Amino acid sequence: MTQNQIVKADDIVVRFAGDSGDGMQLSGTLFSDASALTGNDIATFPDYPPEIRAPHNTISGVSGYQVHVGSRIYSSGDKCDILVCMNPASFKSNLHWAKKGATVIVDIDTFTDDALQKAGITDNPFSDEMERAYTIIKAPITSFTARIGQEQGADKKTADKCRNMFALGIIFYMTHKELDHTFAYLERKFAKKPDVIKLNKAVLSEGYEYADKLEVVHSHIFEVSKCTTMPKGRYRNITGNVATAWGLLAAAERSGRRLFLGSYPITPATDIMVELAKNKGLGARVFQAEDEIAGICSAIGASYAGALACTSTSGPGLSLKSEALGLAVMTELPLVVIDVQRGGPSTGLPTKTEQGDLVQALYGRNGEAPLVVLAASSSANCFYWAYEAAKIALEHMTPVILLSDAYLGNGSQLFRIPKVADLPSINPPLATPNDPNYRPYRRDPETFVRQWALPGMEGLNHRVGGLEKTPDGPLSVAPENHALMVHNRQEKVNRVANYIPNQEVQGDPDGDLLVVGWGGTSGALTLAVEEMNKEGKKVAYTHFNYICPLPKNTGDILRKYRKIVVCELNNGQFLGYLRTQFPECPMHQFNKVMGLPFEVSELKECFNKILAE
Amino acid sequence: MAKRHFVPNAEREYTKADFASDQMVKWCPGCGDHAILSSLLNTFPHVNHKKENICMVSGIGCSSRIPYYVDSYGFHSIHGRACAVATGVKLANPAISVWVAMGDGDALSIGGNHLIHAVRRNQDFNITIFNNEIYGLTKGQYSPTTKFGQITKTSPFGNIDYPFNPGELVMGAQGTFFARAIDGMPNLTTDIMVRAAKHDGCSVVEVLQNCMIFNNGAHAEITDRAVRDDKIIILEHGKPMLFGKDHNRGLRFNGRYFEAVTLGENGVTIDDIMIHDEECEDTGIHMSLARMHGDLPVAIGVIRNVNRPSYTELYEDKMDEVMAASKYKCVDDLLNSGDTWEV
Repeated sequence: MTQNQIVKADDIVVRFAGDSGDGMQLSGTLFSDASALTGNDIATFPDYPPEIRAPHNTISGVSGYQVHVGSRIYSSGDKCDILVCMNPASFKSNLHWAKKGATVIVDIDTFTDDALQKAGITDNPFSDEMERAYTIIKAPITSFTARIGQEQGADKKTADKCRNMFALGIIFYMTHKELDHTFAYLERKFAKKPDVIKLNKAVLSEGYEYADKLEVVHSHIFEVSKCTTMPKGRYRNITGNVATAWGLLAAAERSGRRLFLGSYPITPATDIMVELAKNKGLGARVFQAEDEIAGICSAIGASYAGALACTSTSGPGLSLKSEALGLAVMTELPLVVIDVQRGGPSTGLPTKTEQGDLVQALYGRNGEAPLVVLAASSSANCFYWAYEAAKIALEHMTPVILLSDAYLGNGSQLFRIPKVADLPSINPPLATPNDPNYRPYRRDPETFVRQWALPGMEGLNHRVGGLEKTPDGPLSVAPENHALMVHNRQEKVNRVANYIPNQEVQGDPDGDLLVVGWGGTSGALTLAVEEMNKEGKKVAYTHFNYICPLPKNTGDILRKYRKIVVCELNNGQFLGYLRTQFPECPMHQFNKVMGLPFEVSELKECFNKILAE
Repeated sequence: MAKRHFVPNAEREYTKADFASDQMVKWCPGCGDHAILSSLLNTFPHVNHKKENICMVSGIGCSSRIPYYVDSYGFHSIHGRACAVATGVKLANPAISVWVAMGDGDALSIGGNHLIHAVRRNQDFNITIFNNEIYGLTKGQYSPTTKFGQITKTSPFGNIDYPFNPGELVMGAQGTFFARAIDGMPNLTTDIMVRAAKHDGCSVVEVLQNCMIFNNGAHAEITDRAVRDDKIIILEHGKPMLFGKDHNRGLRFNGRYFEAVTLGENGVTIDDIMIHDEECEDTGIHMSLARMHGDLPVAIGVIRNVNRPSYTELYEDKMDEVMAASKYKCVDDLLNSGDTWEV
């Protein structure tokens, strides 16, 4: 055995790709968990097709899972250092995600004529050019796994299901990691199936040993730097959708309101409902409605009755909820609407990420219908933005749309576990029973917020609804009254700006260029700006989470910079929004609508170009 | 297990006046809605629910203005969505007595999906459908209950839509309570509404209502005083299905369908007359009763009233059970569950 050559790396990206049923997501999760437990920072990103099981061995059936581990991780990374391909289709469709010089591990047993044909590979799958550009390890994963299965008396189907463990074993070897964590996971997961535990462990170990015996691997052992800058505390791995669900649970507990979620299944938002349904034990009242409209309408009813009411959806669902959103604006009831954005329009790219719903969130209603719009910017901070959305909704008696996206929702990250008691308090403006001065639309003079009187409270009987009303409650079509109420509803939302923090600038504050981003793109943008600063480029960066209203100092920041570029995964929706409010500030734009997150390299290229102009 | 009741009882006796709001009623003079409102206001004192816990929810349409005319909590929502809003109110606080009012267009066209699913789940609220077979508030377009062939603003050459029968829809959705009333028979309507309110689960009351302006006399064929006795049958649980001015006509089930017969004719005796069983689980007979028209009298009264746990009961039982067994007692427990580590 040759001595291993350890390559020290600040970070590496590993991509697992295979057929939809090949267990790539599990391999990725086990690798990221093991990395996190051994002190790495992590971020993950599943890249999967809308089909559950597309035809075996076809390109449309390829499912990917990318893991970025290292000392400080902001995103799931651009291109990968190690690529695992469990069949020819995944090799063909994922090779372009590999860095030049990357190690590519393929299950050579699957490269049969039939599979090659299904993948549309007509000549030699491994051209000389490829062999020069990458280190391709042709591992007999299927046959090795089958042999172990045979030895243990497992049927072929069961053995086949363990192929991902063999690949994972190779990855663990190449990244200098122990198998203990995964052993422990298998023991927990299959506690009642000792045969399955034994088989999976054996295959995982076999993969590890296979790598040990492989000459070529020895010069490609990574030792990834641990994270030393992480604040002290207790950590866990969390996806954006789970973090969102937990943020809502925390807000309900802290506000003393029952949590109600009325939702309809829709990719990629469904996991929020699934997670809350799991946690009925904490009092989460989840209602799977007959459609998107019933989802939001049930939430509005629940809000009228005093709950922290929420509905979760994605773009097409938000379209269906538009009319009801107007009702929530008109009745001035607290409501949290979570939009986990996906590629649009229409059904679009259900499993891919995009930021195309911003304008819909801001304006997609009839009439003057202002509401608060927030955007989460990392999988982990979905927790805090869901909490903040609930706090603003409850305290300001307004619907709040929280924009997440497929990248944040499905991706995962390390999450420093907070104590619920340390989160800011939430104090909804509940009316006092039998208050003779209660009027449905009487407002607090500072916040313009009305009081919340709940059915069951004595002496506060009142009616709400979609028709225009006077501040005292009765219906009115009087011109002046309508103008007043339109103004009041807008002013209430505007004044939320008095209760949010100032916008901050990162990077070089005196930069020649200000990079502007919002929502789910912060990982790649932060990294791009950081790298440019390291290269001596004067670039500043500001990232928006409060979209409507904007932080009060937004104009002051924008006016400070000679060059501004607004980067977003749409055709310039935030840019247009900023331009209407700050027409004096010239702004460039950088947009991508490919259903994929930004890559650091493309961002830097754009920033360098603007700097050079 | 004893039946759970979630809505608190009234602490004093109410009268109709306790429930009349101070708002001016703005329906057209002579509209059937006035009578239905009066029947409803008469209903509340008999139901014995605490007034503060009563919540009226409506959609859009003439009838959906009703929350403004009832001194209770009320939600005048958007077109078709009353059942969905009501579902949220009841789920957030099962102590609220929820009443839903909708017109035929609201309930059966734009809101059809919400209605069938509320009925299917046996949502614990009382639905009244004001059926005037026309869109009134938009001034006279055909609705999903408008008669085939009828001339309306949007069917100037005759309607070619087959109409819905609300009762069939309720039975098809496995409804547990369906009754039919007539606006011009307010005492009977109140009796039916009281029974609907006392039903645990989803009750649907269809009220045949007259729109003076856009569909005057839509139900006159059966509700007109001169013909009514022969054209309707008022069903009573456990009693023979008799109708007619002299109470001498009845319904006989011939093994395949109902037929109207006359006592004393062709050897028909009272023993031949079908006894109304509103509690029969099978929807077949109830469906047949709900469909009757033409040669057969239109069924009025409680057609179906079966006992099945309501959504509220099932939901609250489940919540209690799951919460009691939960290993997480607060959100901190959840946040710290599973794989975590100290840095």
